[in-house]
Amino acid sequence: MNLTGAEIVVRALIEQGCRTVFGYPGGQVIHIYDALYEYQDELRHVLTAHEQGAAHAADGYARATGKPGVVIATSGPGATNLVTGIATAFLDSVPMVAITGNVMNAQIGTDSFQEIDITGITLPITKHNYFVGAVEDLADTIREAFRLAISGRPGPVLVDVPKDIQIARCDYAPQPPAIPAPPQAAKEVRIRDAAACINAAHRPFIYFGGGLASSGAQEELLALAEKIDAPIGCSMMGVSCIPTGHPRFLGMQGMHGHYACSTAMHRSDCIIALGARFNDRVTGDRTKFAKGAKIIHIDVDGSELSKNVPASHGMRGDLKLTLQKLVDYVEPARHPEWRQTIALYQSEEERNRDNRPGLTPRNAMQVLNRHLREDTPVATDVGQHQMWAAQTLCFRKPRRFLSSGGLGTMGFGMGAAIGAQMATGEHAVLVTGDGSFGMNLNELATAVTEGVPLVILLLNNGVLGMVRQWQTLFFDKHYSNTVLARQTDFVKLAEAFGAKAERADTLEVLDAALSRAFQYQGPYLIDCAIGQDEFVLPMLPPGGSMDDMITKVGG
Amino acid sequence: MDKRYTVAVLVRNQFGVLNRVTSMFRRRQFNIDNLTVSETESPDYSRITVQFAGERVTKQQLVDQLYKLPDVCSIRELDNENAVSFELLLIKLKNDPASRGDIRAAADAFEAKTVDYTRDSIVLRVTADSRRIDDFIDLMRDYEILEICRTGVVSLERGADTIRKVTNL
Ligand SMILES: Cc1ncc(C[n+]2csc(CCOP(=O)(O)OP(=O)(O)O)c2C)c(N)n1
Ligand SMILES: [Mg+2]
Repeated sequence: MNLTGAEIVVRALIEQGCRTVFGYPGGQVIHIYDALYEYQDELRHVLTAHEQGAAHAADGYARATGKPGVVIATSGPGATNLVTGIATAFLDSVPMVAITGNVMNAQIGTDSFQEIDITGITLPITKHNYFVGAVEDLADTIREAFRLAISGRPGPVLVDVPKDIQIARCDYAPQPPAIPAPPQAAKEVRIRDAAACINAAHRPFIYFGGGLASSGAQEELLALAEKIDAPIGCSMMGVSCIPTGHPRFLGMQGMHGHYACSTAMHRSDCIIALGARFNDRVTGDRTKFAKGAKIIHIDVDGSELSKNVPASHGMRGDLKLTLQKLVDYVEPARHPEWRQTIALYQSEEERNRDNRPGLTPRNAMQVLNRHLREDTPVATDVGQHQMWAAQTLCFRKPRRFLSSGGLGTMGFGMGAAIGAQMATGEHAVLVTGDGSFGMNLNELATAVTEGVPLVILLLNNGVLGMVRQWQTLFFDKHYSNTVLARQTDFVKLAEAFGAKAERADTLEVLDAALSRAFQYQGPYLIDCAIGQDEFVLPMLPPGGSMDDMITKVGG
Repeated sequence: MDKRYTVAVLVRNQFGVLNRVTSMFRRRQFNIDNLTVSETESPDYSRITVQFAGERVTKQQLVDQLYKLPDVCSIRELDNENAVSFELLLIKLKNDPASRGDIRAAADAFEAKTVDYTRDSIVLRVTADSRRIDDFIDLMRDYEILEICRTGVVSLERGADTIRKVTNL
């Protein structure tokens, strides 16, 4: 088949199993958009309001399914608008293929109109990127981009296609979708050594991150926990990977993690870390982190082992395959004393629980819990609301909590929620804050146009709450530029976009509003007013250790 | 404790590969002493040789991060035990009748060759391992050095084994 480069781009996407792409047209991708017109029955293109929204949508699509999300943008500003979205995906290891147009090869390097060195710009935020110099290489480059995006530790890959390549013709023959590099278990001897270490432990603790869902190793993890009688905790990226209600699950660990979980991890003598990377938000002061613990660390990315904390047993390998063997090698054990200690931590956590009545953040999340179905994807933005959601929402299936962990990107949520809704076909939820929502609320337009069933729960505290919390605690209440004295009427705003909206100022109204919102087959915003001085607790002060944990503020 | 490491990296011979490697070093603040890029026995590959001083964990991190670059095909850690390593130095000195003889004597001891000679200057060439080159430069500091240029190290494993034997999975 003799096709133009633009057609090859679209055919190659279809061939790779892609059915939905997000993007925004422009001069240097106009040929690709012409091919998208031609193939619109096979490949749906979702036009967003901004390329950043498109990138987050592709990211949300990928987080919800594990399949690579695809985004298309034009050269210059179109490409640079993708940058935050690509970086967000990179830091959370989300598979994504970004396709950008560029000026003709003959003009490259001359600073011509809308020429930008996007492969240079995205070098440190992609697994790899390509500049396509010849149309003959185009199809294979896109195939390799897909293969890379899903192999090993997933991540974003960018393909920059100059305009002359889109116009040039060459032969194209479809190929089957790329398969990832075959996963491999860690080395047998290492697994045996680690098993011996686990067998000698009295206070084992299993800690997982986003890598668990990437590898699909949930069952193996639960089997291990059962056999060695270990409690389980996760990083924020791990939330929703295993059911929140699982009796061994202590929840999220880290700066705003659950008290019992963080404490158990800190006091453990053997931490089994799976697909997590001991980010500073997790460890606090690394010199004081879990001093008494041997650390067994399994990750597909060998560079994570001993990068942040020294691992006594570092194993590079696929989690699922490695755990299958590890479960065989460990001896069944019971640790009644450790269980008792953990029960104490849990009752301590219970004692510190915020049980105030009324429309508190935690109660709002509990009400939302009542409306979540097993398959409901919940995206968040970044700030206090994100932490309340991560701490309080209940999940039963993996890939249902979508949140920007590594980069902490405010404005991630709208795009991500739209992408997740389209990927799953489920009524989606966005938990957002007034600051974050302001960053990408333009995507309301997309949600309306595409009729996306989406509940937007806006926890409106009138402030950049998370920053304000730091200012309260560490900056003498100097509220520098964190009070949003805006006059935005979010209900009218949503209505202006063509969405539905209402205000909720009591728990009862919120409950009823949520029922209405889930009934409505389109975007439905609930502007939920909460106090400006709510805290996310507990809190490990930045750079602090477990001993500095703040569990209560004021009375 | 800091030790000096030499790492040879076989990379796909593609536009921009050097940039990818050095960009990673910069981003992660690996302090590289010297780096050479060269053609290889195959037009498909280039070879990058990196020398740096650091702790063992840093070296491991550098190797692990290199392996993540899709253009990196294989990596070999080289040292005096398992490899031969050389560097080339060009050094330009002031040609002064008072020091000429001493310079010549030192040059002979290091098997340095005179490759340019004018009324005012002498250019010497030394091929040796990096430490010997350091030593030679140190000796020459007694005289007036006008300019120095050194290539950075090139290194090959001893015996029949090659870097291609270890491949990136
Ligand atoms: C793009 C971006 N800019 C700035 C920040 C720093 N930041 C983190 S949380 C936060 C406040 C978020 O405010 P809001 O969305 O209203 O959430 P709240 O904390 O009030 O729930 C800010 C400014 C960020 N994470 N991302
Ligand atoms: Mg806010």
